[in-house]
Amino acid sequence: MAEAQNTPVGSTTAGAIAVAAESTVATRMSAPPSFDVADFPVPHGREEEWRFTPLERLRGLHDGTAVASGDSLKVAVEAPEGVTVELVGRDDARLGRAGIPVDRVAAQAYSAFEQAGVVTVPKETVLTEPIRISVHGQGGVSYGHQVIELGAFAEAVVVIDHTGDVVTAANVEYVLGDGAKLTVVSVQDWDDRAVHVAQHNALVGRDASFKSVVVTFGGDVVRLHPRVSYAGTGGEAELFGLYFTDAGQHQEHRLLVDHNTPHCKSNVVYKGALQGDDAHAVWIGDVLIEAKAEGTDTYEMNRNLVLTDGARVDSVPNLEIETGEIVGAGHASATGRFDDEQLFYLMARGIPEQDARRLVVRGFFAELVQQIGVADIEERLLAKIEEELEASVA
Amino acid sequence: MATLEIRDLHVTVEADNATKEILKGVDLTVKQGETHAIMGPNGSGKSTLAYSLAGHPKYTITGGTVTLDGEDVLEMSVDERARAGLFLAMQYPVEVPGVSVSNFLRTSATAIRGEAPKLRTWVKEVKETMERLSMDPSFAERNVNEGFSGGEKKRHEILQLELLKPKIAILDETDSGLDVDALRIVSEGVNRVRETGEVGTLLITHYTRILRYIKPDFVHVFSGGRIVESGGAELADKLEDEGYEAYTKGGVSA
Repeated sequence: MAEAQNTPVGSTTAGAIAVAAESTVATRMSAPPSFDVADFPVPHGREEEWRFTPLERLRGLHDGTAVASGDSLKVAVEAPEGVTVELVGRDDARLGRAGIPVDRVAAQAYSAFEQAGVVTVPKETVLTEPIRISVHGQGGVSYGHQVIELGAFAEAVVVIDHTGDVVTAANVEYVLGDGAKLTVVSVQDWDDRAVHVAQHNALVGRDASFKSVVVTFGGDVVRLHPRVSYAGTGGEAELFGLYFTDAGQHQEHRLLVDHNTPHCKSNVVYKGALQGDDAHAVWIGDVLIEAKAEGTDTYEMNRNLVLTDGARVDSVPNLEIETGEIVGAGHASATGRFDDEQLFYLMARGIPEQDARRLVVRGFFAELVQQIGVADIEERLLAKIEEELEASVA
Repeated sequence: MATLEIRDLHVTVEADNATKEILKGVDLTVKQGETHAIMGPNGSGKSTLAYSLAGHPKYTITGGTVTLDGEDVLEMSVDERARAGLFLAMQYPVEVPGVSVSNFLRTSATAIRGEAPKLRTWVKEVKETMERLSMDPSFAERNVNEGFSGGEKKRHEILQLELLKPKIAILDETDSGLDVDALRIVSEGVNRVRETGEVGTLLITHYTRILRYIKPDFVHVFSGGRIVESGGAELADKLEDEGYEAYTKGGVSA
């Protein structure tokens, strides 16, 4: 399915490798990063960072008209012994260290949240059970902030589940101390009406490993912006994503790996399946290798499987290299269709139509799911994919 | 004994906003254990016959009947036809991203046999069949037809033929694009299935070359959307010497 001619009509699969003196990744944004919403003009939709997003469906998150309402989100944290779970005020010094909001909605979230959640795994604490954070929408509007911090050589798995109905914008920070290992699985299993916009900032310490698994099934609009930068040499980041975009849904994943430190690694793999009218998936993969980041090793890939007519994918990998002294850098993007000929072939071997579709989608995702490395989560995701297929293929 | 009966089959296809009749009254009976070669020039409708029998949605049946052991094949969906015992080895097998050969074969065998084959005997069965077709074991882990060479695609089709054991096998230009070695390996696979005596084979080809490896009981000349002459294996020799000209230039063909 690596064939460019498989790209469905109306979709783009563009790519660019820029070797530039100044960062196009940075200049493509319409304003510099800031914690203050007032520093960002209200987007009109033609800005590079907003051009794929249906602003009219953000329900006011982007223009200041969405006002937070009480009890809109119920957050429950279930953590093993040794983990500290706190709610802190806006002035807490631990907030805002992993990254700065880069667009108007992220800055709106930072300017509007009342209390932040802080989950801390002390240094050298190795958890055997995951930390589970349940985020349940109960209607209304919510602005949030969450910090997850691992001390040096701590190891943890965090599972964040998003369910229910809400209009929400948030910033999530992952701060990894030296040698720490963090796996975060963020599942967007929202109701059909939910709107979820979030920036995820990971700051990866020296020799630390960060693995992010973003799984998006639900919501009317989900727009996530996972970003990684490094606080020391030897850091590794793996960013995996899986989305299943149904009729009418807009699911947008915009990634940035900022190789700002020498001898760090990153690997990005996002895969999506789409079906139904006006299903729209957007994947933007930005990797920036700064001049000082010698010895960088990076690869990013996006694969899409379009199951029916009427769905649209925009996939834009962008690799920007400011030094030639690197180990490796690559990117790939492909959008393939599951078409009538494939269906005919499988059915001509006795396989019923619905089973044929399931076979293709399951196979497409299984390879990625197997890389998560947390058995019960892998099983749950495969079950969830089955469920999604049952619901939508029928 | 399984019998495929094709009676006065008429088929049209939509092309350039026009309806074109491709098959103009095909009559043919294929019984289990028999091998029929259908030979004809390009554009005579041979492949249309193959795909129409398998139920490809591109083709519209406008007249005639097709039955397998008295059951109406034309009423069946594509997968039902396969489960009833029809198999089409395709000229251009389709790539299926994300589905490994081993997963595909097992899913297909489960559908055709009505129950999942026992894992242990199945693995052995697949392995041995692949060995006989000179296929590397790593083949099983590749995605269906993705990046396969022409010869690999045809071997993969015959692998399925051997594993699925249909009542009627339609081989659509299985010989095209194969070198002599690959042709021999693929033909041996077909012959293994024929030797069981349990399959009726409809061998569609443009060339007589494959008939040196797979001996037909009957040879039919296809031209202008129907069978214009039928005979024994000697008819193939005549075609080898004389070509199709007699059939395409106002000869027997009307």
